[in-house]
Amino acid sequence: MTLGGMFDVAIVGGGVVGCAVTRRFVLEGAKVVLLEKGADILSGASKGNSAILHTGFDAPPDSLELACMQAGYAEYMEIRERLRLPVLETGAIVAAWTEEELAKLPGIVAQAHGNGAADVRLLTRAEVLAREPELSGRVLGGALVPREHVIDPWSAPLAYVLQALANGGEVRRHTEVLGGRFADGAWRLETSGGPVEAAYVINCAGLYGDVVDERLTGATAFSIKPRKGQFVVFDKAAAKLLRTILLPVPTERTKGIVVTPTAFGNLLVGPTAEEQESRERAAVDEPTLRMLADKAAELVPALAGMPVTAVYAGIRPATERKEYRVRVEAERHYIVLGGIRSTGLTAALGLAQQAWRLYARPHAAPAAPLWPQAPRLAEHGPRDWQSPGYGEIVCHCEMVTKREIEAALDGPLPAQDYGGLKRRTRAGMGRCQGFYCNARLAEITLGRFADPLAVGAEHA
Amino acid sequence: MLDVAIIGGGPAGIAAALTLKARGVRRVAILEREAVLGGVPRHCGHPPFGLREFGRILTGPAYARRLAALAEEAGVEILPRYSVTALQPGGVVQAATPNGAATIRARRVLLATGAREAPRAARFVGGDRPLGVLNTGALQAYVHLHGLAPFRRPVVVGTELVGLSALATCRSHGIRPVAVVEAGARPVARWPLGLFPKLLGIPTYFNDGIEEIRGHGRVEAVRLRGGRELTCDGVLLTGRFLPEASLARLSHLALDPGSLGPVIDQYGRCSDGAYFAAGNLLRPIETAGWSFREGAAIGGYIADDLAGGLPAMEESINIVAGEGVKFVVPQRLARVTPLRGRLQLRVEAAISGRLRVSSEEAVLYKRRISTRPERRILIELDEMRPPREARQLVVEIVP
Repeated sequence: MTLGGMFDVAIVGGGVVGCAVTRRFVLEGAKVVLLEKGADILSGASKGNSAILHTGFDAPPDSLELACMQAGYAEYMEIRERLRLPVLETGAIVAAWTEEELAKLPGIVAQAHGNGAADVRLLTRAEVLAREPELSGRVLGGALVPREHVIDPWSAPLAYVLQALANGGEVRRHTEVLGGRFADGAWRLETSGGPVEAAYVINCAGLYGDVVDERLTGATAFSIKPRKGQFVVFDKAAAKLLRTILLPVPTERTKGIVVTPTAFGNLLVGPTAEEQESRERAAVDEPTLRMLADKAAELVPALAGMPVTAVYAGIRPATERKEYRVRVEAERHYIVLGGIRSTGLTAALGLAQQAWRLYARPHAAPAAPLWPQAPRLAEHGPRDWQSPGYGEIVCHCEMVTKREIEAALDGPLPAQDYGGLKRRTRAGMGRCQGFYCNARLAEITLGRFADPLAVGAEHA
Repeated sequence: MLDVAIIGGGPAGIAAALTLKARGVRRVAILEREAVLGGVPRHCGHPPFGLREFGRILTGPAYARRLAALAEEAGVEILPRYSVTALQPGGVVQAATPNGAATIRARRVLLATGAREAPRAARFVGGDRPLGVLNTGALQAYVHLHGLAPFRRPVVVGTELVGLSALATCRSHGIRPVAVVEAGARPVARWPLGLFPKLLGIPTYFNDGIEEIRGHGRVEAVRLRGGRELTCDGVLLTGRFLPEASLARLSHLALDPGSLGPVIDQYGRCSDGAYFAAGNLLRPIETAGWSFREGAAIGGYIADDLAGGLPAMEESINIVAGEGVKFVVPQRLARVTPLRGRLQLRVEAAISGRLRVSSEEAVLYKRRISTRPERRILIELDEMRPPREARQLVVEIVP
């Protein structure tokens, strides 16, 4: 006997893709369990990205990636109000800084039109500077992508999973898939939390997609080549310097370094693209962080001397090839959604639709699914502190209330580590990085986290 | 309508409030985002505080309690858990309170929001990002306010006074620092305090810094630039104070890129004459006693201003931090004879030479100086007679 009985689908990996797939399958009526090896969802690749909702204007034409981004974008816009998810309508400018880059812009516009982004158009230098007067005068021109926007990269997947939970889905954290066997039309997965039985398995294991593939099928068709990206977050005072996402003219390997507003009212620069062996270590280093800050100040000169609020690094699950590595083995009841890189935040909902099509088994969808609401963390929308009765402001930099922290620690998917609490509330993520609130948070979270903030009592 | 709204209930804000009340200003309120007044001394569980204010040596918390009691006795309106969210022209302040948003209008507003230490991110310290990397302010809040320990065996970075006080905090609360790391060649704090780590038997590495923090979950080790590896369960980043100037930075007020605080004149008046600033918001950092006296003085100027007694702001002289000088406060002088008050300045690096103040035409002040970063340097303004046509004074250290 296995805990929880037989599931229709076990989804491996609680990154943004796993969260979106879990939601989709629950809404289609399947009995679903999401298995996440970390202490919280979003503890791998999905924890650090540039938070952009892409139109797919520069995606490879006719690719699955493009189709999923377009479908994901459309579904996000369709469901976001019911889940209370923000969109910061920024638009993006692909800016040209050299004659060579300038010459590439018409091709980018043509590709965008081919990709269905018909509103993408060239901007003259004067138009670019009229829209973004703080941009360096060295800019030569640009391409405007009006519907490229910014979202909250943590509340979105959290909302997907919360909706799955509200409608009968199940999430198991601290549950690593160690192996599995398919026999008699069903999977028996060995996990660190005991065996799990499911008719179907969907591998959304991100940075461990190939490892899980191997553990389940004995072979893998791809191998993850971890690619680290470092980021620098500027103080909220920087937000007034740039309203539009500033994209570089891309190269073959990466979208390049972006300067972008965030949903939380900061300005972000990054990512780098650093190949590395480790799938775990997202270390930052001083020379790279300085390079990023300098790069941002080169493009937006008023950023010189702007205080830095935070730095972080994320790891994208790149593979030896550029495209998404999606594969279905219908006879083995197995789908893998692998190699989902930086576009995954946008494409997740589209990938979930794709997985549902590939799955092709009937279920009875709930007639009136519940729509739980995400935390209100976006700077441009109403925040919890604006409603009376919040008790106390615990994190003053990000104006996080005790009421919000208690909700994040209780709720249907309580935060079980500091990272999870930060992503659900923004506590400790502001300019003082916990100078004022860290001790209070340690007290409030006492006994809640496996990795506690305080190591124990002080001995006076 | 308040006469004066004071944002921040630390030593500077309270001192200003006391002066204003003593001068007969009727409605003076302190907006404090915490539940109680007192500011940073509330969690500095060590002496010496209060020698000048109270004629005796107190611990930080005792000093903070005394200040809070004085404010209450003086009839200052105390608004705890008021988090100011925006400063608007002319003395309109938006605040969040547990009972809802509030708009506060005051004839004058004093900003006294203090300072904090630069966190890890702002220092660009490399490596993993595990738990256990803190500033002294957070450590003190752990042990003094909540009875908790954030680590047992930290590496301590920095030898400013606050770093040495952090060592004392650690030692008296069951925390045993592994090492002290200092970027400079010598302790920043004055002799003999710089000997403190040595006396405690804590190895101190000069001309060094953390290259990389390692740890999965919690800090496990650090690697220094010099190559040394230290096993530890935390990193305590001390000093490198920054004015808590976020409200000012997000507002219409002018900010000084050198001090990182608001631009003021010799009366503490900001670029919008409805706003004043005092205390460690002006520059990183001075003692609580200094902030108290500064708050008291600027509180007095606000009382003068309400009575119509401050010189006009328009005809002011700009003070410029020149060669060798990191910043000068105040950054502007209202033109008045004789000048009163003083210039405070700091240097970027250890330097010897001639400290000089000059206008477009003439050298107005000079003296020999040999100093180091974070040392207090003062120039008395009454020693200076700027020419009538002077628009700007440059403060510099020349060979």
